[in-house]
Amino acid sequence: MPTIHVTSHLRRIAPNGPTRVEAATLGAALDAYFEAAPRVRSYILDDQGRLRKHVAVFIDGELLVDKKDLGRRVAPESEIYVMQALSGG
Amino acid sequence: MTEDLFVSTRKGLFRFQRSGGKWQQTYVAFLGQPVTMFLADPRTGHWYAALNLGHFGAKLHRSTNQGATWEELAMPTLPKSEDKDAPSLNQIWALEAGGADQPGLIWAGSLPAALFRNDRDGEGEWQLVEGLWNLPERSKWFGGGTDDTALHTLCIDPRNSSRLVIAISCGGVWRSEDAGASWTCRSKGLFAEYMPPDRREDPAIQDPHRIVQCRDKPDHFWCQHHNGIFFSTDDLESWQFAGPRFGFGVAVHPKDPAKAWFVPAIKDEVRVPQDGKFVASRTRDGGKTFEALSNGLPTGFGYDLVLRHALDIDQTGDTLAFGSTTGNLYVTEDQGEHWHAITHHLPPVHAVRFT
Repeated sequence: MPTIHVTSHLRRIAPNGPTRVEAATLGAALDAYFEAAPRVRSYILDDQGRLRKHVAVFIDGELLVDKKDLGRRVAPESEIYVMQALSGG
Repeated sequence: MTEDLFVSTRKGLFRFQRSGGKWQQTYVAFLGQPVTMFLADPRTGHWYAALNLGHFGAKLHRSTNQGATWEELAMPTLPKSEDKDAPSLNQIWALEAGGADQPGLIWAGSLPAALFRNDRDGEGEWQLVEGLWNLPERSKWFGGGTDDTALHTLCIDPRNSSRLVIAISCGGVWRSEDAGASWTCRSKGLFAEYMPPDRREDPAIQDPHRIVQCRDKPDHFWCQHHNGIFFSTDDLESWQFAGPRFGFGVAVHPKDPAKAWFVPAIKDEVRVPQDGKFVASRTRDGGKTFEALSNGLPTGFGYDLVLRHALDIDQTGDTLAFGSTTGNLYVTEDQGEHWHAITHHLPPVHAVRFT
């Protein structure tokens, strides 16, 4: 079962700690995660169901470059990190 | 009487109250989060705050207990589409309560430009106003200052709350007589010098930065347009030009439509006060003449910019406030003769609103 880690910036609404989900693709993994945490959906996906432009996803250490690629395969041992793109200051 | 002023900023929502002759900050919420619009519904006392979290999108919250607690509401959404470039809703930039005869009705305007209604005090799903979304002219609209088109202003006719006026950057001024079912462009007389000559007067591409309707004389409107100041005295049959004065905000006296206030700036790529003099501007004769109001405003150089929702007037018509991108908040209690700073230390101000 892949594991999803969501940025601590969403700690007010996201489950505490990593969450294991049953899924074979990134999109299915996120859907399974949102089943348990419905409020997080609109923070990660826009109203067209796409990954938000300034949300970054890493799968097993590799940045998801094509943000439309929600069909990307994930392995049972995959570690998925959902983060915000960094902003300057 | 306690006067109440809500200030939406890049880093939170602030409340200032005048009590014992002094304005004081009495409340803060959403600290650290960009608040793009605030509404206090006079019918229910509910508060609504629209946020734009940047990375995590636009959000809407409501408080039914004067800010003690907030709950997140469902956001309006644009029609689902398989098109990979289909627009998504990026910001709420207008929030208005329906009329006294429309209990429960809340309106929301957005980027990209769309209007939504909710008939349950913000609970549950929002309905897209399809009469506006499906206008053929929508394809001509374009963003001004943002990638998206922006529906930033909704005026509800105090005589008939089914009569709506909206302003879009850059998509002109539109009126509905039937609570949003159908729309007619009301940009006649507005012009855009910066457009190619044959599009200069195209009604559907005008950039009204803000429009206001006079409460007691609702046939009268003022518009701070990208190209200058315009007014209408004939219920939007036409607009008259009152001079090439750039700015964003405008306020009209609730009883006397000949009186209006502005905060001028240099246009386009500059967007700071002319000659570094941060002043307000007022007409008392329906736009024939304008006077600079500087008493109490900075005597030295100032480079503040006041955004389109960041100037407001209260129901008496005597008290006005504006907040700037530099975090200064000024108020006058005598129609602009004297101003004083409530604070110099806010985050950049998006909107001010008396309740």
